[in-house]
Parts: sequence; structure tokens; C-alpha cells
Amino acid sequence: MADLNHLIAEAAQDFAACHDVPALENAKAKYLGKSGALTDALKGLGKLTAEERPAAGAAINVVKQAVEQALNDRRDSILAAAQAKQLASETIDVTLPARAQSAGGLHPVTLTLRRVEELFHSIGFSVADGPEIETDFYNFTALNIPDNHPARAMHDTFYIDSGNDSMEHVLRTHTSPVQVHYMENNTPPLKIIAPGRVYRVDSDATHSPMFHQVEGLWVDEQISFANLKGVVQDFLQKFFERDDLTVRFRPSFFPFTEPSAEMDMSWNGGWLEIGGCGMVHPEVLKHVNIDSEKYRGFAFGLGVERLAMLRYGVNDLRHFFNNDLRFLQQFIK
Amino acid sequence: MQFSEQWLRSMVNPSLDTAQLGHALTMAGLEVEELTPVAPAFSHVVVAEILEAAKHPDADRLQVCKVKVGEEVLQIVCGASNARVGIKIPCALVGAELPGIQIKQAKVRGVESFGMLCSAKELGIATEANGILELPADATVGQDIREYLDLNDSTYILKLTPNRADCLSILGIARDVVAMTGAPITTPEIATAAIGSNLTKAVTLSAAEACPAYYGRVITGVNAQAKTPDWMVRRLERSGIRSISALVDITNYVLLELGQPMHAFDHALLQGDVVVRFANASEKLALLNDTEVILKADDLVIADGNGPVALAGVMGGKPTSVTDATQAIFLESAFFTPDVMAGKARRLGLSTDSSYRFERGVDFGNTLNALERATALVLEICGGQAGAVTAVTAQLPVRKQVALRHAYLLSILGIDVSLAQVGQLLTQLGFVYTEANGVFNVSAPSFRFDIAREEDLIEEVARLHGYEHIPALTPVASQGMLVAPEATRSKHWLRDVMVNNGYQEVVTYSFVDASWERDLYGNSQPIALKNPIASNLSVMRSGLWGGLLDALDYNLKRQQTRAMLFELGARYEKGAQGFVETLTLSGLVYGSVQPEQWAAEARAFDFYDAKAHVEALFAQPVRFAVEQHPALHPGQSARIYLGDKAVGWLGKLHPQWQQQYGLTSACYLFELDADAALATQVPAYSEVSKFLPVRRDLAMVVEQSVSAQAMIDAVMNENISQLKQVKLFDVYHGKGVPENKKSLAFLVLMQDTCKTMVDEEVDTIVARILNNWSSKFAASLR
Repeated sequence: MADLNHLIAEAAQDFAACHDVPALENAKAKYLGKSGALTDALKGLGKLTAEERPAAGAAINVVKQAVEQALNDRRDSILAAAQAKQLASETIDVTLPARAQSAGGLHPVTLTLRRVEELFHSIGFSVADGPEIETDFYNFTALNIPDNHPARAMHDTFYIDSGNDSMEHVLRTHTSPVQVHYMENNTPPLKIIAPGRVYRVDSDATHSPMFHQVEGLWVDEQISFANLKGVVQDFLQKFFERDDLTVRFRPSFFPFTEPSAEMDMSWNGGWLEIGGCGMVHPEVLKHVNIDSEKYRGFAFGLGVERLAMLRYGVNDLRHFFNNDLRFLQQFIK
Repeated sequence: MQFSEQWLRSMVNPSLDTAQLGHALTMAGLEVEELTPVAPAFSHVVVAEILEAAKHPDADRLQVCKVKVGEEVLQIVCGASNARVGIKIPCALVGAELPGIQIKQAKVRGVESFGMLCSAKELGIATEANGILELPADATVGQDIREYLDLNDSTYILKLTPNRADCLSILGIARDVVAMTGAPITTPEIATAAIGSNLTKAVTLSAAEACPAYYGRVITGVNAQAKTPDWMVRRLERSGIRSISALVDITNYVLLELGQPMHAFDHALLQGDVVVRFANASEKLALLNDTEVILKADDLVIADGNGPVALAGVMGGKPTSVTDATQAIFLESAFFTPDVMAGKARRLGLSTDSSYRFERGVDFGNTLNALERATALVLEICGGQAGAVTAVTAQLPVRKQVALRHAYLLSILGIDVSLAQVGQLLTQLGFVYTEANGVFNVSAPSFRFDIAREEDLIEEVARLHGYEHIPALTPVASQGMLVAPEATRSKHWLRDVMVNNGYQEVVTYSFVDASWERDLYGNSQPIALKNPIASNLSVMRSGLWGGLLDALDYNLKRQQTRAMLFELGARYEKGAQGFVETLTLSGLVYGSVQPEQWAAEARAFDFYDAKAHVEALFAQPVRFAVEQHPALHPGQSARIYLGDKAVGWLGKLHPQWQQQYGLTSACYLFELDADAALATQVPAYSEVSKFLPVRRDLAMVVEQSVSAQAMIDAVMNENISQLKQVKLFDVYHGKGVPENKKSLAFLVLMQDTCKTMVDEEVDTIVARILNNWSSKFAASLR
């Protein structure tokens, strides 16, 4: 029986010369194909004696396994190289910018109102609204501001040309009329906030003829001025996420609340006016047929732009209404 | 209300410094809006006299002065042209620190100078000055100028609320300071004048409800040209009132001191008796401010034999006013009721210090005192002889007793204050009361016009107790869950959809230019404002597109090239039942679909982009019908329907407006009723068919003008139960399709819920569809 060991080295050499799978399969035939050297050798076993056959068979198998091993190794290596080449060819610059979509955003006044709504919703306040073109009655009279009351001069009111209509209409100067509408149509206990646009004839660096307020109203049997302080303070601390924030209440006057207060908030070592509030005036409750002996309530009004300016560090009220995208897109979050 | 701190301290002088007093006033409800010292801090400035003034040897414009500053005489170089021998001036000594200047011994052009002669500007008491400040000849040389000019004073400006008319005087503020601090009060001495003249004037009240108290007196032999004393000029000026003449200054002084508006007539120019009456319609009156008013029947006037001589409580008449030539005056101190005064001044455009006070309420307990106080000042300053007072009075307001329940007070405020403490606070406020069973019966003094009901007293107690001493307590309340119906969506949801589609929210004014309404909405009769802030903000918007286009314009001018904007807000229309406000969502797209980038080819927005954004807002399918809108391109304009209800518009901005707004590319707009998009449904399950649907594709050739939606509607309206969906998936023009025609490819889905459809059934349905399209749209299979 001829020595077959030289085939191992020859096969290894032949396989190494192959650079793709079909070539390797061709090279394989020379050794392991139907008329390959090893196949022939195995066929030749039949010519040997029964005594010679096991040893010779074993020797051939050793060589065959070695050749098969070399073949498999080479195949793996060719496949790995092919894959590596493919991967290399598919490599991209992952640092290129993403396929860009427009980034939309909410107006900072909306962001502020949404946060205000969420905070009050968390303690059971609903959101109410009302018309912006109001009758003189709802904007003033029902709020205990009769004709010729000096408090009317505090509101620089826009009047609507109502034509022949005898009813005087105004652009609401505050969100307080929503209180009246709501109390007319609902019975206590009542807990609402009313955000919205309000209007005053005033336009300069610190006044806009249109701005936003949020009105709050809580009417129930056991509501006190101390509760008003508690709710407003809690709100401001949560809104600004600052437990050290303090709120100062100062006596003031609104015809529709009594006692009335201005709310100041501690800010950078000073006090900033943040809105007005008070206990709902019995005359207002009387207008809407709520028994002021049984029920009392508090109401407050906050300036939304003021809250937004403080929260986001905006230094000029006019930014809110210029609609400059360079300003607005700073509020995308 | 502006006033001098020293004037207030002359009546009440609590042991609080200027800032502390300001804080106390604010916290008691008398908000200090401004607090400014009369003069900045400085020292070592004294009254001096110029003894000699010689030309500087080396400078034309300088003088070398010898100045007496007390015992000493100093050499001072001065550049002021009015520096001359004999005048008295403020002199800053070496070591003085003036605002921005430190005075040192110095050589000025080689001449030693030991101080500086000062102008009012250099002392910081005036913004402009012409030369050094010349002091009166009787000024005491060597006296500290702060003392001499009374400069250790501050000016407070209070922002008083309309209910606190009682604090429109020094006396009123002093009373509140007393209530707050317990400091003693010294009120001006009121003495009854000695009667030196028998001249009197008769007064008739023919409108006694409007004027229930009128006091007047004649003072003869007055010197109208007398000089107002410096202390009075100073107090007036620091309280914001310019000195005019002694007689006018005295009435203004009493107005500020006691809160009682007064008027002085030239007695010689009054004809006959004085009557307080309502005007006769169309009577005229020439006023002190050189205007003439035509009176109405509800205007209250003071009249003499010839007609009105003053608009009561507002302003005196010109013809009877005091002048330098006046020798006798008729001095008036009256009480006009707030009810009658309310609104009068505003209607005539005449808000005066007098009308401001009468409208809000003047102390009717002090009317005569004010007359006596003014008389004393006139006699002191202008000389003369006082006649007897003519007093005409009727029914003055009655201060009804107001009950204050202790328990109610505590429950409203949420505090714990004893009965005795409440009583103490009421007393401090000058209220008189009796108390029984925890109920105070309180009478307010005549100077308080804001105490009519229990809440008014609660407010007073709270104010004096101190709002800062009321605790901040979280309410304890029964709590139910807050649920919104599942079949509605919130406004925030709408906004989020827009934002997720790439839109930026804007907020634009509700009032717009009338031309926007006319051009964009064909609205020639918009809701107009009577008093717009500007002509381009004069009408209420009936749609939001004007604001969006304006915002677009603003940004394009700032180098933006594309924009996706939306606004959610009301539009305002006239309806049959009055004004109608509709919450409206409007959007605008302009420029390229995506921001400029490497990864996508630039493509401009078109109608169908905007349409997709509209559809994304609705829970139920909406339909788009070909209809025209004044703002939109006639061939690219659709009305949006939800069911049968028109809920909005979508289209391309009309090229005419595109050009007018200076837009270089097309702009697409939509606008819809927000409520229509907010309505949704609670999902309801329906059986999922076990049988597979059958699909057929039909490519139809039709005229260009045929609407795909109309073809779909036409077959869906046949209500074929197994026909589930007809959907357009391709539009083709070009080779194989005749000119002026287009090929529309539809996907048709058919399905039976209880069996698999057989070919014959499918073919029957397809034939019905083809028939329908053929007859209605002349459509043929491609």
C-alpha cells in the first residue's frame, strides 16, 4: 500500500490556491471526488487481505479526515473573507446627519397653560371656558362692578361696535366672567380653572393688548382665605419646582372678591406681582343664586405670560406675540 | 396719591424708617408704587454768600470768588456765569461727596480752590440747571443746605385702590398709620376764624341729595399776589402739585392735607346768590382749563345769578376764577355725593384731583373744618377779613350699623383671633361698635365709604391683623374622580398631532387688519372695535389665516425659507343670536417638505401634504369637496366635510394673495372647526370575517375634470353589502392615455362575512361598478 500522507500537504496547497467556493469544490474532487486519490485508495482496500485491510483502512481514513479538515478550514476562511469584504463594502458614515424631519413645537404660553392645567387637575380642578366677546353685564356688572364704578377705570376696555344692538359688548378684560357663567350653570361644590385670552387697551414694552390669564375658582362649604393661600402657594412651589419659594399676600381691592389680595412671589431677593385673588364676593354669589351663608369660595387670577417669563427666563413680553421661529423653537422639548 | 414723607410725619411719626414705613403701608393695602428721596445722599454743603468775585487771571470763563461759609471765608474758583457778589448759594466744602463728585482742595488753572459752588443739578435735586442755585437773601450763611432746603425727605407714590378714598389725604394716610402702628396722631389745629367782615353770601341747595352739605364764606381784603411760603410750595411740589398762586395753593394744600376739595371764586365776579343745582340742558360753562363744556341735565353745577360758575366738584369756571387782581374771595367747601359724581368727569374727559376724590367719597364730617383750615391759611398768608360762614345742609349719608359675626369672620379667614382682639382691631381703625353674643355691631366713621357689609369689616380686620399672619392651609375636601368622556379628545391632543406632524404653534392677535378680512374671507362687515389700539388691529378675525400669513411674512424676512405653522384659537362671527366664537385650528405650510438636507431630495409642499395633515386630525373619515374660497386658488380649493357638516377648508393660497404677501412660492392653508376633530367614538368591536377578501384592480380612463372622490362616492352609495372598499392607488397621464384624459387605478375589495365569494358574485359586483362609472363619468376600462 503506497504511502498517502503526502496527499495531506498537496491538498492543503491546492486548497490554499482556491479563492472562492466553486474553485475549492473543484479542487476537492482531486482528492475526495468519485475518482479522487483517496476514493481510489479506499476502493483499493478490496484487493487487500482481511488481515491487511483494517490497518490500511485506518491509515486512509486518517489522511481523509485530515484532507476534509483542510477543506473545511479553507471553506470557512473563504466564506469569512467574503463576508468581511461584503461588510466592508456596506460601511457607511454613521456620523452623517439623520434624515431630517420638521421639528414641531408648542408655544410657550401653551406649555405654561398645560402645566397649570395639569397641576390643578391633580387636585380635582376642571377646565372651563367662556366667550371672549362678553357683554358688559358679565364682564362687569355680574362681578359687582356697576356702571360708573371707579374700578371700571382700572380696566382699559376694548368696546365692540355692536351696531344697533342695545347690549354693550366688550372684549373681556379678565377671565373672571367665566366664573359667573360657570356658577350659573353648575351647583357647588365647584372647582374650576379658566384659562384664556384677555384684552386691555394698552401696548408698550411691558403690556400687550392681548394676553392670557388663568382664573381659578373653588366654592364649597368650608373654604377659607387660609385655603386660598395654601392652594396658591402649593401651586407656585410646584409650578416653579422650588420648595423655598414664598408667596406674599397683600391687601388689595377687586369688586368681585372680599377680602381681596395681590399675590407677590419671592424672586431673586425681591417680590414679583403674580396675580390677584380673594374670597368670592357675596354679591357675585347672589347674582348666580348661590347661598352665600352656606357656601363661600375663593377665586384667583394669574398672568400666564408672567408665569412663562419667569419659568423660562424670557425677558420681553413682546416675544410671545412676534411668532419669531428662532424664539418659538427654543421651546421644543 | 403722591405725598411728602415729612408732611406725613408731621401728623404721625412711627418709629419706622423710610423703607419700613413704605413696607408697612404696602402690607396694609396702601401699595407703595414708588419711593424716592427728595435729594440724593450728600453732606458738607452749606449756605454761603459770595463776598468778592474777580476774573481768573488765566481763564476767561472762570471767576475767583471769596465766599463766606460761616465764620470762615474761602477762596473758590467758579465757572458759573451767574456767580456774582451778594448772592447766597449752596457751597460744597472740601470733603463733601456729591452724586458723582468728590470735593477736594484743588488748583484750578493755577489758582487754589477750597470747595465748589453748586447748581441744583449738582445737588441732585433737579435734572437741569442754569448756573449755580441762587437762594433767598434771608438764607442763613453756614446753615447745612439739607436743613435749609428741607432735603431730608422722600416722596411716596401710593397706588390706591378705588375703595380707599379715605387715604387720598395726608390725614387719611396718617389715620391708617395710626391704626397699623399705634403711634399718636397730631392733626392740624382747626380754629374758628374770628369774623372781621359782615359780608356773606346766600346759598340755596336746590339739589340737596346731590349736595347735602355746602359751606361758604367771603373773605375780603386779600392780597392775591402774596407769595406762597416756601414750606407750602415744597410740600405741594413733593406731593406732585405745582405752585400757582397763594390762593390756589392754599385750596390745593387743604385738599392734600384733609382730603377736602375746595374752590375759591372771585367774590366780585359772582352775581347775586349762589345756587347748587342741576344744569339746564345745553347750558354752557367756560372752565378753568380754557375749554367750554355743554352741560347735560344730570350735571351738577354751582350757579350764580348769571348761570353756572363751576362744574360742582370737578372744576371751577374761568370767568369767576381768582386772579392777581382779586380782592375778595368766596371760598367753597362742600360735600357732593359719589353717586352723583360717578362717571361725570370721565364723560367730559376731565379727571381732576377734586372729581377723583368726590367720585370715591369725601369725608362729610370734615367739610366745615376744611373751610376753617383754609380760612386760617388765607388770613395768615394773604391777609384779609373773614365773613361769617354760610352753612346749608340737608340729609347727610347715614352710616348704617354693620353686623360682624366673630365665628363667621374666623371661618372665612381661617384664623384664630379672639373676640377681644377683633374688638381691639376695630377700635384701632376708628370704628365704633357694640358687641353681644359674639356679634359686633359696627358703625363706620364718616371718612369710610367702603364699609357697607360684613365682608367689608372682615377685610378690615384681616388687613390690620396682617395677611402675612393668616396661615397657608391646604383645603380638606371630599374628592371624586374627574373623568372626561372617552368619546372626546382634548385640545392638547389636537396640538400634539400638529406638533408631531412638524408644525410650530403660534399665537396671533384676535384683532386684525380689516383688509385681511376683506381679502381672505370676503368679509366686508367684520366685527369692529370701537376703540382699536391701531388701525391694523381694528376688527375681530373671522378666520386665522391672516395671522398665520403675517407670522410667515415675519419669519421669511428673517431668513427662514420654510415654515409649518398652526394656531388653535377662536374666530369671531356675527350670528343670528349675537356673536359666535368658534374654536378653530388653522395650519399653513410653505417651502420644502423637509428641512434642507443631504438625505432627501428637496420637494416643495403640495396640496396632498397638507391634506394628509388634515386627515390625521380626524377620528372619522372626512370628505373633501370641490368648492371655492376667496383666499384659495380656484383649482386647488376643497371644503372639508364630516358627514354632511362642513367643518373647514383646505387649499392653496390664491396666487393673487401670494403675490400681494410677497411670497415667492406656493403656500397651503387649512382651517377647521376644532370641535369636529375633537369628537371621536368609543371603539365598538365587530366580527372579524373568517373569509378572505377578494381584490380586483380597475384602471379607468376618464376626463381630467372627473373627481376621484366622486367616483368612489358613486359606487359606495350603491350600498353593495359585499363591497368593502374602493381605493385609488394610481393616477396616470401620458402614453396610452388620450390627451385631456387621465387613468385612475382603483383597488376594489369585496368580502362576504359568511362564505367565500365565488367568481360570479365578484364579476357581478365589478360589472355594477363599471356600469355606474361608465354612465355617470363616461369612464372606460383602460
